[in-house]
Amino acid sequence: MKKVCNTLSHYLLGIMLILLLPSAMWAQDKVVSGTVTDENGDPLPGVSVLLKGTSKGVATDFDGNYTLPLETGQETLVVSYVGYQTQEVTVGNQSTMNIQLVPDSEQMEEVVVIGYGTAKKEDVTGSVQAVTAADFNQGAINSPQELLNGKLPGVQITTGGGAPGAGATIRIRGGSSLNANNDPLIVIDGVPLDNDGVSGMRNPLNTINPNDIETFTVLKDASSTAIYGSRASNGVILITTKKGSRDRVSVDYNGNVSIYTPIKTVDVLDATQYRALFTEQFPDNVNLLGDADTDWQDEIFETAVGTEHNVSVSGTIADGGLPYRASVGYNNTDGILKTENMERITVGLNLNPTFFDEHLKVNASAKYMYVDNRFASTGAIGNAISMDPTQPVRTANGEFYYWPTELVLDDGETVISPNPIAPGNPVSTLERRRDQSQVDRFIGNLQVDYRLHFAPDFRVNLNLGGDFSDAEGDIVVAPNAVHDQGAFINDGFFSNYSQNKSNELLETYLAYERDFGESRLNALLGYSWQHFRRDSKNNQMFGNGTGVLNTIDKTENYLVSFYGRFNYSLYDKYVMTFTLRNDGSSRFSEDNRWGWFPALALAWNMEKEDWFGDADWLTQLKLRAGYGITGQQDIPGNDYPYIGTYQASLGTAQYVYYGPAGPIYTTTFRANKFNEDLKWEETTTFNVGIDYGFFDDRITGLIDWYYRRTDDLLSQVPVSAGSNLGNELITNVGTMVNQGIEFAIDVSILRSQDWRWSVGYNITYNKNEITKLSGGGDDFVGVPTGGISSGTGNLIQIHTVGHPARSFYVYEQVYDQDGRPIEGLYVDRNEDGVINEFDKYHYKDPAPNMLMGLNSNLGYRNWDFSVAARINLNNYVYNDINAGRSFYQRLQTSGAFANNVTEEIFDTQFNNPQYFSDHYVENAGFFRLDNVTLGYNFNRLFDTRLNARLYGTINNMFVITNYDGIDPEIFSGIDNNFYPRPRTYTMGVNVSF
Amino acid sequence: MKIIDIRKLLMIVGVLSAFLLPSCLNDLDIRPIDPDIQIAEDVLTSEEAFQGALSKVYAGFALSGQQGPAGQGDLDGFDEGHSQYWRGYFVCQQLPTDETINGWADGNLPSMSQLNWDASNEFIRSFYYRVIYQVSSANEFIRQVNDLGRDEFTRLPQYVAEARFLRALAYWHALDLFGNGVPFITEGSSVGSTNPPAAGDSPQGPELFNYIESELLAIIGEGDETEQVLLEPGAGLVGQADKGAAWMLLAKLYLNHNTYLGTESNTYYEQARVYLNQLFEAGYSLQMEDGSGLNAYELLFSAENFQYDNEIIFSFNYDGDSAQTFGGTTYIINASIGGAMIASDYGTSANWGGNRTTSAFVNKFPETGDSRALFFTEGQSLEILQQEQFTQGYAVTKFKNLNADGTPGIGANQGQSSVNVPVFRLADAYLMAAEIDLRLDGAVSAQNLAFVNEIQDRAGVPPLAVGDVTFDFIIDERARELYWECHRRTDLIRFGLFTGGDYIWPFKGGSPEGGSVPRFYDLMPIPQTDVNLNGNLEQNPGY
Repeated sequence: MKKVCNTLSHYLLGIMLILLLPSAMWAQDKVVSGTVTDENGDPLPGVSVLLKGTSKGVATDFDGNYTLPLETGQETLVVSYVGYQTQEVTVGNQSTMNIQLVPDSEQMEEVVVIGYGTAKKEDVTGSVQAVTAADFNQGAINSPQELLNGKLPGVQITTGGGAPGAGATIRIRGGSSLNANNDPLIVIDGVPLDNDGVSGMRNPLNTINPNDIETFTVLKDASSTAIYGSRASNGVILITTKKGSRDRVSVDYNGNVSIYTPIKTVDVLDATQYRALFTEQFPDNVNLLGDADTDWQDEIFETAVGTEHNVSVSGTIADGGLPYRASVGYNNTDGILKTENMERITVGLNLNPTFFDEHLKVNASAKYMYVDNRFASTGAIGNAISMDPTQPVRTANGEFYYWPTELVLDDGETVISPNPIAPGNPVSTLERRRDQSQVDRFIGNLQVDYRLHFAPDFRVNLNLGGDFSDAEGDIVVAPNAVHDQGAFINDGFFSNYSQNKSNELLETYLAYERDFGESRLNALLGYSWQHFRRDSKNNQMFGNGTGVLNTIDKTENYLVSFYGRFNYSLYDKYVMTFTLRNDGSSRFSEDNRWGWFPALALAWNMEKEDWFGDADWLTQLKLRAGYGITGQQDIPGNDYPYIGTYQASLGTAQYVYYGPAGPIYTTTFRANKFNEDLKWEETTTFNVGIDYGFFDDRITGLIDWYYRRTDDLLSQVPVSAGSNLGNELITNVGTMVNQGIEFAIDVSILRSQDWRWSVGYNITYNKNEITKLSGGGDDFVGVPTGGISSGTGNLIQIHTVGHPARSFYVYEQVYDQDGRPIEGLYVDRNEDGVINEFDKYHYKDPAPNMLMGLNSNLGYRNWDFSVAARINLNNYVYNDINAGRSFYQRLQTSGAFANNVTEEIFDTQFNNPQYFSDHYVENAGFFRLDNVTLGYNFNRLFDTRLNARLYGTINNMFVITNYDGIDPEIFSGIDNNFYPRPRTYTMGVNVSF
Repeated sequence: MKIIDIRKLLMIVGVLSAFLLPSCLNDLDIRPIDPDIQIAEDVLTSEEAFQGALSKVYAGFALSGQQGPAGQGDLDGFDEGHSQYWRGYFVCQQLPTDETINGWADGNLPSMSQLNWDASNEFIRSFYYRVIYQVSSANEFIRQVNDLGRDEFTRLPQYVAEARFLRALAYWHALDLFGNGVPFITEGSSVGSTNPPAAGDSPQGPELFNYIESELLAIIGEGDETEQVLLEPGAGLVGQADKGAAWMLLAKLYLNHNTYLGTESNTYYEQARVYLNQLFEAGYSLQMEDGSGLNAYELLFSAENFQYDNEIIFSFNYDGDSAQTFGGTTYIINASIGGAMIASDYGTSANWGGNRTTSAFVNKFPETGDSRALFFTEGQSLEILQQEQFTQGYAVTKFKNLNADGTPGIGANQGQSSVNVPVFRLADAYLMAAEIDLRLDGAVSAQNLAFVNEIQDRAGVPPLAVGDVTFDFIIDERARELYWECHRRTDLIRFGLFTGGDYIWPFKGGSPEGGSVPRFYDLMPIPQTDVNLNGNLEQNPGY
């Protein structure tokens, strides 16, 4: 049967639904509506508006609006909200009643964004935490992830390096999977993104201008994430962008200039040290040495500059009927690696009009980004630390220096070409290779929320969204690129690629909410459909027409889900949430396609209990307990893992027969391996937590304990030979457990007119252990992983039962009495008299088991001063740079060329490489001062509405660590070719009027 | 709430569900949309497509994946170049012998040259998975012919015969290296996660031997059913397995039967003689004529060696532009170049500096006069003190990506070779026939002496008398004629010289002077990962 479901039909149906609505409108009685505001005139969401003497009523929405049908004789509204005095107002003949509430105490209630909607903070039963714009990290922020780093317990954000706008790895409470995706689901204004990267972009989240973000809400436990079922195993991050307001037009400008400086380089030998050591070790080969004194790392890194300008306009047109916010951002940032650059334009538009007395709310959101990236090859970093420091950047004739090898080409010409196995000249690597991409991306959605006229407790919500990107990139290696032999002898190299991605979304839900006075009920029933498609192309060839390779790849997948949530609150004290989601994924066969993901959570607002009486010191004490199951189906790189497919070979992998007339090239078809039994990976989470607030909320925070067990882990593991069409297969193999404790405290130390000082601290302890890997038998050590740069196919890590994922698997080094490692001498751990593979042991892993975040905000009158820092403990890193560069044989290769080594060689004095020694696995715990900001605010300048703020920030001021390499914060735990994170100085100004 | 409201509500929900849901549930039934990745029913719709699928079974011996030289690899968890069939076979068959030593410090690679590997050796594991993968791949082809083949595709029976030959070849390699206890799968086995049974209960035994024999007899038309038969020698393209290849494989199987079965029987030697003689009558001849840049022997290992199918009975084929890999002859050539050697002298641009040879092998040649002694000695010492030093031990220049006139072959600029791997060639058959004469009759026959002397003639050394052709001569002559063609380990085992202390060469056992190693190293271990995963398998003794 032909598929009838496509996006078009979805959009058509959406429109039909909207058209249906007005016909229902006329069934109403008299209606009153309005906005409830606080003492400052800001809208108050979640306020209960009841008809006096009845149980009929509504709660105000996120914008403080309410609409309530009246029947004759019912004219008095009871408006109540925790922390505010309850008001009674008489409607009379008015159809609009705006109400301003007066605070009862100083305390104000918050509304929290949750999956598919919002909730009063006290009704939240799961582990949900929000960070709003006021608390974001400041300074040179090129990507959204950086705003959040260190702010929340249980959230580890590791940037991929120092490139402008570099991607970041986010882990919420450790990863839940081995091979399947471990990234949290990111939902931007209701559009869940896919977790794959976009070709030509360093960071897929860069689509969002950090300045447009209003809040990050992080959902951590299953009871809060289960509503996202299939994609929620690793937590959910909800990003809400700034919306238009009903106030007057306001314009904001934010501009800054940043200076990026390299902090530290790898400790390789300088020319004098190198010449001395080389002469001592290889006296016969000193002819290889030059007489220059080059610091190759100096040649590739530079101080870089970045500028950023953002303008936003928000306000309302059509008499308050159409609130809007529009923003434009421009960012142009160079990398500290020469030639690296990012130039980005972002445009954002949010419209949120309401119709039919606010029964119908529309939220249209569009975000567009254009980025032009110039990528500097990180190969230059490796080359710079390998290149002989006695060689010049350029020879006497002005040409780049390179290690030569003589070749006779096809056409008989003899050339002196770059030696392909020698380090390439890193300056050539940067200057004679151009890798540039242009990416357009659009994320938009139209959300229509209709509160039924005839049944105002019900809302129907329809959300149509899409995320489309279009990337193109080119790589050109010049014919005189002396770092690349292939390009050098084949007249250069050209490659261009393009990628089109689309992610279409249709969601619709029916919500019911009702305040019965003593109790409240919220219920939700929904359906979601998502379609992901990725098309990519790559063409490459050498300048002389050889080496042609053209590839086209297309792939897609679908997710279809049904979900429901039931939230009940009694006396504002006891809250219960039950959610259930049924997910179907096109990645599994019909038998295993659907998964059920339930969650149950309870909360108890203990501070409201009588036995605390009027205890002034206690403002909040909520006990939460939750249990739930979430699913995982995101297998990287394979959308058809259960289907047997045939794959055609590319032009460079044909089979060739020879006939009388010469070669006959044949495209081959490979039968790919597949696993018909593949099914959902499931993560079961238990969470118990307390939210607390004391002394008028001057002290707030939380404690959470969690236990997450992932069953049927999706992992690529060896299968018995002959059982399938490959040696490893994505299989549901085992079980992994993460458990941990999170603690956060925020203290408002000073709150006077002149002085404001608050301090925040959070700490997370997480322990990861693989508890089962099936099919391995008794002697099965585990699944090796973690490739290192040295040798061919060497792996340094392993997944083993009883150990954390990605544990290092190494030999235990023996040291002499001076603490010097003895070459080749390892502990015979199994005491069988020989040192072999069976003597390797599990030694540490790259994940920190302790994370801490620290921040302090001090304000005095118009001055503000803030500091943010992070600590990671017990994260270990394999120093691949040292392991591959701290032995004498490294100094020269076959008498043909010389390589630099690191200063570590003076310690090890190894003759031959010892890649698998635990000597190279180092404790990379660190303290990093991320952010120091000083700002000054000018209020009502020239007696106008003009406000301004001037600030200066230093990012990444310093790192304290015992780790030997440049930077201890390396997510993979394997330090090689790492793009160093710069220290950044930023001066900026915000102006608003 | 009024009842009527609920009805209206239900109506909306109903409209939604009626239109949206059924169709969207169908969305989950996807089929691949990539034109290059399709299900079998959509691909195997013509005889050409079946030939493409069969070519993958061939390509699985020559390349490492669907993108050359690396990318979309067939196997996972290994360096893709290392996972290529002939490179893995070379590592197992050549590195442990007197003919080859490798200096790379890649994981446990050094132990392959030292005959002290263990059951967790990743290079043994990678070849083991590759060889069984090739069996699975041939099985899959035969299965698809059975499922989707049509009567009008008249060549399918011949294609199936070729797939059965390739399966028998892989099984023979498996039997030779890992013994009779390897996993046994046929086209009747399922594709999933069921552990295959072992072919036989003990490492030496008749099961796998008999299966390979019966398969080969069937496809040369001597079995019960004679529909699936190979082409006559020379009737197909260079690279297509024909009856010549099957005869040769049968002769190899029979000649080495004592290794596989543990008992010697003259019947098998006589069988071997039968198929060798069929080969000799099929019109093959030694390549005697020199090229303008290379001598006749060198031509057999050169970029245009597809031309010499008079001598090369069966080959795995390469093209430096269109059939690229980091294994195969690209590996053999590039890994043999280092030190003061200039890569382009050998038709490549890469010098990987890994494989050399030992003095034990070099000393088998006379000081001068044997044109097969193809060594590079400038800056190279004959003796080896340090395994990792390329300049210790003579470099071998037998394989070269050069055309007959000495110009670079296709792929030279990309460091890729166009040299086909000669799997079987006539000179080998000649020496096998002479050896069988010795084993059956104690002396070489006149016919086979003449054949041996053809080889001597081409090498430029004096002809031999009947009495010169002894077992000692045969094993050494096989080294001189066939070195680096992946026969050495099998030959040494047949003569009882691979393990034990009767024959010592540098680094045998790990020390520079060499030493005795235990007999159990005659068989490679079954990788411990697979013994652990598959309860039907038993580890070979000694490991």
